[in-house]
Amino acid sequence: MGMLLEVRGLRTHFFTGAGVIRAVDDVSYDVGVGETVALVGESGCGKTVSALSIMRLIAAPAGRIVGGEILFKGQDLLALEEEGIRRIRGREIAMVFQEPMTSLNPVLSIGRQLTEPLEIHLGLPPAEALARATELLALVGIPDPARRLDQYPHQFSGGMRQRIMIAMALSCNPSLILADEPTTALDVTIQAQILELMKDLSRRLRVAMLIITHNLGVVARYADRVNVMYAGKIIERGTAGEIYATPRHPYTLGLLRSVPRLDEPRKSKLSPIDGQPPDLVRLPPGCAFAPRCRYAVPRCAEEVPPLRPVSHGHESACWVAEDVGSEVRV
Amino acid sequence: MSAAVLAPAGVPRAVPSGQVILEVRNLVKHFPVRGRGLFAGSAGVIRAVDGVSFSILEGETLGLVGESGCGKTTTGRCILQLEHPTAGEVIFEGEELTRLAPAELRRVRRKMQVIFQDPYSSLNPRMTVGQIIAEPLAVHGIVADRGARQARVHDLLSRVGIPPSLADRYPHEMSGGQRQRVGIARAIALEPSLIICDEPVSALDVSIQAQIINLLEELQAEFHLTYLFVAHDLSVVRHISDRVAVMYLGKIVEIADRQTLYQDPLHPYTKALLAAVPIPDPAVEASRERVVLKGEVPSALNPPSGCVFHPRCPIAIEECKGVVPDLREVRSGHRAACIRV
Repeated sequence: MGMLLEVRGLRTHFFTGAGVIRAVDDVSYDVGVGETVALVGESGCGKTVSALSIMRLIAAPAGRIVGGEILFKGQDLLALEEEGIRRIRGREIAMVFQEPMTSLNPVLSIGRQLTEPLEIHLGLPPAEALARATELLALVGIPDPARRLDQYPHQFSGGMRQRIMIAMALSCNPSLILADEPTTALDVTIQAQILELMKDLSRRLRVAMLIITHNLGVVARYADRVNVMYAGKIIERGTAGEIYATPRHPYTLGLLRSVPRLDEPRKSKLSPIDGQPPDLVRLPPGCAFAPRCRYAVPRCAEEVPPLRPVSHGHESACWVAEDVGSEVRV
Repeated sequence: MSAAVLAPAGVPRAVPSGQVILEVRNLVKHFPVRGRGLFAGSAGVIRAVDGVSFSILEGETLGLVGESGCGKTTTGRCILQLEHPTAGEVIFEGEELTRLAPAELRRVRRKMQVIFQDPYSSLNPRMTVGQIIAEPLAVHGIVADRGARQARVHDLLSRVGIPPSLADRYPHEMSGGQRQRVGIARAIALEPSLIICDEPVSALDVSIQAQIINLLEELQAEFHLTYLFVAHDLSVVRHISDRVAVMYLGKIVEIADRQTLYQDPLHPYTKALLAAVPIPDPAVEASRERVVLKGEVPSALNPPSGCVFHPRCPIAIEECKGVVPDLREVRSGHRAACIRV
């Protein structure tokens, strides 16, 4: 199947006074046309940096993409000149951020912010751009869109602002939307509204989505395929069904077991993952998760385990992946 | 009432002894909003907390849940007297706090501590972890001797799972989970009877949240602590609470014991909240009914008439626009503020 986005061996490093932070370290994944793929992991695992690398938005000079390829519709985005990437950014690939207040310009009206990309990217005349902006606001479920175009971001609630961000992302008919924690700042009832909206639009408009999140619940409901990241690497991937039913990496298993679930009987005690997240400047030589891992064997401290297939369409970067499976409740 | 037992109480939990330790009566907190220019002083009030009453038994955990802006944090702050309530009473261990003089309040505060959401902004960045924990001991004159104080700090650190050798570190040198452990050590340093936990795990990574929740439960059993657990995460609240109160726009809309509230919710808002919580299992999600609540939380500056939930309520009738529903006892120990249940 032709992939829309193929990330191959991506390495994005940050060169700081304290040492080199390998935020993204040899990461590969892909997104098919119209597909919803998730990058899941905790803070500092490299999920956001991996998305910003696609948009070539890594802050120089500290941050640098030091290796790999990012193929979008077959074209390597890393080989493009600044002019070339600008034609893709916001037009072919759009982004929705976590904090809709800080990502909207507070001193420009919503109408101005929506029409700008339409005029710049698509060359629409102002009147047409305005008509399209009204259409977009209606599409994302904002009542009375024509009147609200004249308003400013502070006049909208958090949920409404996130709808506007989605309208902006959709404005140039992109084929891929990168959504970085799109609902994390929102209340749970609003989260559900926004996720339903995104899923519905992605289906109707055939837009692929890369959802970046720490929330396993969000991923379960909306992603077709899941990549789990830890310390700059993808440590497990597969279909959402596989990953949740039979996790084959101790970290994924630990994450799933540590959260209390409303659909299960209340446990008398939670089962956390022991220890602390790793210091990215001083990663251990072997598997980065080994110091916190209940399954670790001597080999884990010496050799970095590669991602390898454990069943059809399911890969794990663990030397003892098969043992992890045997422990899982049905 | 549903009689099904969800899970055996495996951990030695502090058994509520039946004594009321904290009672909140008709608590009201309004924040005046000042207009600008010509209309200065006439912009109205935000009704952050609007007539809240509940009580907590000794050794119990009461969960207080709701979405942002519902007044749950302000309720906690009013109990601690960090905000002076507009009206109402806060009775802690038999004493009414809202009328106490500052010196008397300081004496009471020893017994009533708080753990905040963000362990970074709530710890002084210029003090070492050891100093942070020693400070309340010195201020309240609990342990006057320096050497003894240091020993006590080391005890507290190891009790919350931090090697005492880290006492000379600064907060920025620790991870989020470790910082929250420091915040907990500071809170238990004075051997309080009540701790208000305000979103104590929501800023932490998922893998660390469970560590902190387990620690809070262990400490509760060991020191016979009472918790008011303020949070928005319904799964976490179910895990830790004995009873749960749900807030919406400054009011409690439902309160019941944990099992009843989660298995047999009565208020349409509680039902919608529970339905919105995503479950980390695609198989379960696929078979789940999607109830997406329409609209957004209205402004506390201008709350709707009658039942504040009526504009978003799937079962509202004409009457709901006019009648403010009482939080009435529908069944024994289960109260809901809805005329339709």
